[in-house]
Amino acid sequence: MKWDWNAVDGFMPYFWDGLLVTLQALVLGSLISFALGLVWALLMRTPSRWVRWPVGVVTEFVRNTPLLVQLFFLFYVLPEWGLTLSALTTGVIGIGLHYSTYTMQVYRAGIEAVPAGQWEAATALNLPVARTWRVVILPQAIRRVVPALGNYVIAMLKDTPMLMVITVLEMLGQARLFSQQHFQFTEPLTVIGVAFILISYLASLLLRALERRLVH
Amino acid sequence: MTSGLWELVLKGIWTTVQLLVFSSLLAAAVAFVAGVARTHRLWIVRFLAGLYTEVFRGTSALVMIFWVFFVLPIAFGWQLVPMWAGTLALGLTYGAYGSEIVRGALKAVDPAQQEGGIALSFTPWQRMRLILLPQAVPEMIPPFSNLLIELLKGTALVSVMGMGDLAFSGNLVRLALQESTEIYTYLLLIYFAIAFLLTRVMRGLEKKLKAGVGKAPARGVSVKDELTRPQRTGVGGGGGAS
Repeated sequence: MKWDWNAVDGFMPYFWDGLLVTLQALVLGSLISFALGLVWALLMRTPSRWVRWPVGVVTEFVRNTPLLVQLFFLFYVLPEWGLTLSALTTGVIGIGLHYSTYTMQVYRAGIEAVPAGQWEAATALNLPVARTWRVVILPQAIRRVVPALGNYVIAMLKDTPMLMVITVLEMLGQARLFSQQHFQFTEPLTVIGVAFILISYLASLLLRALERRLVH
Repeated sequence: MTSGLWELVLKGIWTTVQLLVFSSLLAAAVAFVAGVARTHRLWIVRFLAGLYTEVFRGTSALVMIFWVFFVLPIAFGWQLVPMWAGTLALGLTYGAYGSEIVRGALKAVDPAQQEGGIALSFTPWQRMRLILLPQAVPEMIPPFSNLLIELLKGTALVSVMGMGDLAFSGNLVRLALQESTEIYTYLLLIYFAIAFLLTRVMRGLEKKLKAGVGKAPARGVSVKDELTRPQRTGVGGGGGAS
């Protein structure tokens, strides 16, 4: 096994570029998934089954099909429908949409974990529905689910390399480009592999600290 | 779509199914070995199993696939057939997630069961085989079911390496027809159908195994399970449980 530190040195500038794109996709994707997941979760609680049923089917479908194929779908089909977006935007939408079907389950669990007494108190105080959600239920529900949402951010981080297939130059994309140009595969791929392990390990430490603060 | 193209898609389905079967078998084997090793009394065994879990859970499945396809041949001189390279990468990655499920289920068995085994002077191996595993395995099925769906979704990743699985054959058909909407819709529907089938099979298995220890499958998903799911299965995994 040959390890060439020069190749690592040569790769590092590209690595930082890739890291930046990865983090961008991660942050934007997380925001979309948090927002959209909450929308799905609230729609699933509407009394009308004409809303619940389609939302349930669509989210189940998105959750059980590969993100990779969904990305291809968005990347090749949206332009056919006259909607041309940049590769990164498409990827962010894809990741955000895919993970919103997971975060929706988390929100649901969080909402169900709010004690029934809170609902009853809101009714007793004659609070309107919107206000009950906004000031009573959601603040308590969301506080509970922050650690679980954080875990999905880590899961999302590990799915960002898929953006490579729709030409986004994130970490893996940069590594592949570099190795094809210089015929050195070992170093760039190992560097980003270690980077992923480090980032997700640090993120999980951070999460555990956050969890202690919020829950206890 | 012409029949020739459908044949291509069918071949892709077959490759995906093969890959799914092989890598889920490897993942299950690895998950049990690593999960049981993490309850071992020697710290070095626990440490090594924990290291494996952290490393493979920490990195991305796609990066792992690249590593197995490109670095293994150069660094160690092991050139694997694509099917086995894909199996190895997916099996080891998802096996690491599975080992957490195994460990969690073993820990959830009532400690009195373990103590009863000690009182009856069972050897550690007998306790594991006759007392702990028969009670823990039925509890593992729902999270394993979610993980299996994640693995199915993960098999699409090997198409990046040019392996002729379902996603890859879909891309070929797209190039041939220049008709993205149709082919990708079919592709997603086929994946969904396979996932649906898998959840049904796993639910049947759960029912059968739980009947063996005098329990019934839990109705719905508990709130606590939902909030700790990412920790247990690493990858999300709403799966078909809801």
